[in-house]
Amino acid sequence: MLLEMLQSLPQVLIDGLALGAVYAVVALGYTMVYGILQLINFAHGEIFMTGAFIGTTFFILLMGMGWVSSVPQIFVLILVLIVTACLTGLLGMGIERVAYRPLRNAPRLIPLITAIGISFILQDVIRFIAELSSGNYIVTGPSLFTDQMTISFSSLSSIFNDASFKTSFLIVLVTAFILMISLDYFINRTKWGTAMRAVALDRETASLMSINVNKTISITFFIGSALGGATGVLFAVQYGTIDPFIGFILGMKAFIAAVLGGIGNIRGAMLGGILLGLLEMFASANLTLLTGGIFGAEYKDVFAFSILILVLIFKPEGLLGKPTAEKV
Amino acid sequence: MRLKKSVVLLLSSVLSIGMLAACSSKSKGDESANGSNVIKIATQTPLSGGSAIVGESMRLGAQMKLEEQAEKFKELGYTLKLESYDDQSDPKKGVSNANIIGADNSIYAVVGHFNSGVTIPSSEVYEKYKVAMVSPGATAVTVTDRGLKTVNRIVGRDDAQGPAGAKYAIETLGAKKIFIIQDKTAYGSGIADAFKVAAEEAGAEIVGYEGITVGEKDFNGVINQVLTKNPDLIYFGGIYSEAGIIIKQARDKGIDVPIMGGDGMDASGLVDIAGDAVKNTYITSVAGDSTATEAGKKFVEDYKAKFNKNAEAFSVYGYDAMGVILHAIENAINENDGKIPSKEKVAEAVRSVKDYEGVLTNVTFNEIGDNTNSKIYLYKFNEASYPGILEGEVGK
Repeated sequence: MLLEMLQSLPQVLIDGLALGAVYAVVALGYTMVYGILQLINFAHGEIFMTGAFIGTTFFILLMGMGWVSSVPQIFVLILVLIVTACLTGLLGMGIERVAYRPLRNAPRLIPLITAIGISFILQDVIRFIAELSSGNYIVTGPSLFTDQMTISFSSLSSIFNDASFKTSFLIVLVTAFILMISLDYFINRTKWGTAMRAVALDRETASLMSINVNKTISITFFIGSALGGATGVLFAVQYGTIDPFIGFILGMKAFIAAVLGGIGNIRGAMLGGILLGLLEMFASANLTLLTGGIFGAEYKDVFAFSILILVLIFKPEGLLGKPTAEKV
Repeated sequence: MRLKKSVVLLLSSVLSIGMLAACSSKSKGDESANGSNVIKIATQTPLSGGSAIVGESMRLGAQMKLEEQAEKFKELGYTLKLESYDDQSDPKKGVSNANIIGADNSIYAVVGHFNSGVTIPSSEVYEKYKVAMVSPGATAVTVTDRGLKTVNRIVGRDDAQGPAGAKYAIETLGAKKIFIIQDKTAYGSGIADAFKVAAEEAGAEIVGYEGITVGEKDFNGVINQVLTKNPDLIYFGGIYSEAGIIIKQARDKGIDVPIMGGDGMDASGLVDIAGDAVKNTYITSVAGDSTATEAGKKFVEDYKAKFNKNAEAFSVYGYDAMGVILHAIENAINENDGKIPSKEKVAEAVRSVKDYEGVLTNVTFNEIGDNTNSKIYLYKFNEASYPGILEGEVGK
């Protein structure tokens, strides 16, 4: 049993990392908004989905142009990533302006409901547009970065099988890490980052210290949504096929990853995302072995979430969260 | 006091709206009872969601037949009308639509559904209202095995599809170690179980049996299990949207053994999603090749001319299902001296259809509503184009 698990381990790690990186970047969007507004922005999963659609549209458009094929694919990707991130960032700012800002002083439940409303609206608008333009809303983008690579783990030790992956896996992983590291730098080292942390700590005091709270919150939404949209593009590159409902399950899981890492904590979200991706992939590959065939791969979420519950029972503030003292 | 006033206002408005609604529904009922001679046929198929391509094609097929027959029914003194409902592949939605259909006095029959999981609960409602249902695509055994009087289908059953696939996989493809994946729906697990039993009987070893979640996009976990087990055939019980991704991700991991599945994968979306990876994929289908016969070719051309869309495999089944229903209604009207028969009589007339010659199907219903002349077809994909190549057909 152990041997079989070890055999597939390298491959499981690779697939889990790819999935986990996607979770992690999306989780950042949840955690940033929560940190600053104590609002769970349920529309974030749909912003991710919108990004995937915008990105795929650009890929299809660009690949249709002759001159693009002479440009290395990586430049096309970077271009699409930047454009999509800007568009979804603006979308996120717009949503905040329309649906959250007027309700900022309302009870916390109210913006939560508008967030859910926004997510339904986005789902159906995208579905409508996709159906209008292609007759079917399950969209398959052009395949990019399809070169196969194999890491020969078997030469390391005969216990392991070789692991193989597409170049797109590396792209997803590297881009996700670049996004996360630059965000970390932005939050901790720049003036705007400091302002964001100040607003997160205490909105009123921050405004007394001549910080423009509205602007800071807008920027938070811009960055969170831009990251979400960019991850959508990465998702489309990695998995090829997208539909307007990918944001729901993935958004849920990313939110849970944010909670697991300690909601409001940027590094926690990254850790939680990667961890959840790895756990899920491990469970779906090995659950049958572990339980002797009683539970199959379909119970992977049960396994992953049982662990989540265990973590939260013993450390309710999340893995990297700090216990908050009651404000007096 | 102000609160009381607003409550009174609210209650009275609710009351008046309720009365208005009652009025309107009553007048509607009167209209149809007066015999404005409208016969409505409903279609209930997924027009949105993962199976939208198939559902839409069934609806268009049914619509085409209905419009062709409209002239004939006009001569009999009746106006045919199509009411299409979207079941979203969701049992809850299917049942709530079924209740609307049942409550409408002028709806005499239903063409639908595509998903067995939706058909089963919805048909309980049709049975209650005695509305005849003819399914162009629900293949689970439970659909007809409950012995409901109103439930019929013109396609084959899963317990024929699974064994037909197993037979081909083992005898022709020489599979000995088979890995089964299913999507945990009534359809997916039903067909996968039927395949499993037949394959085990035929002497193949089932090296894995796993489930996936509909709507996800990353199936690498299960595919990693396939890698470790190293089977020489993968069988998938499910719908094309997941199948396409599984095929693609499996091929990306270098699994090049044949992948086989049921009629849920029989849609052009499979090829769109999987792309070139679709090579070496086999599907058993209750749907035949529309272009195999002269009548079929003509149907495909007419369909294209009418809707400016290519006919899907199930378009013709929507067409034939509607054909069976209209044929039965016509019989029932004739038996009833040209007057409109009751819903119950229509349901009986549908069940007693014998040797109805459709474009692709020959329909004779047995006592539980299965078509005794249904066939199972086997297709292979050699390149990224739809439909695949017809490899053979298995009688029931």
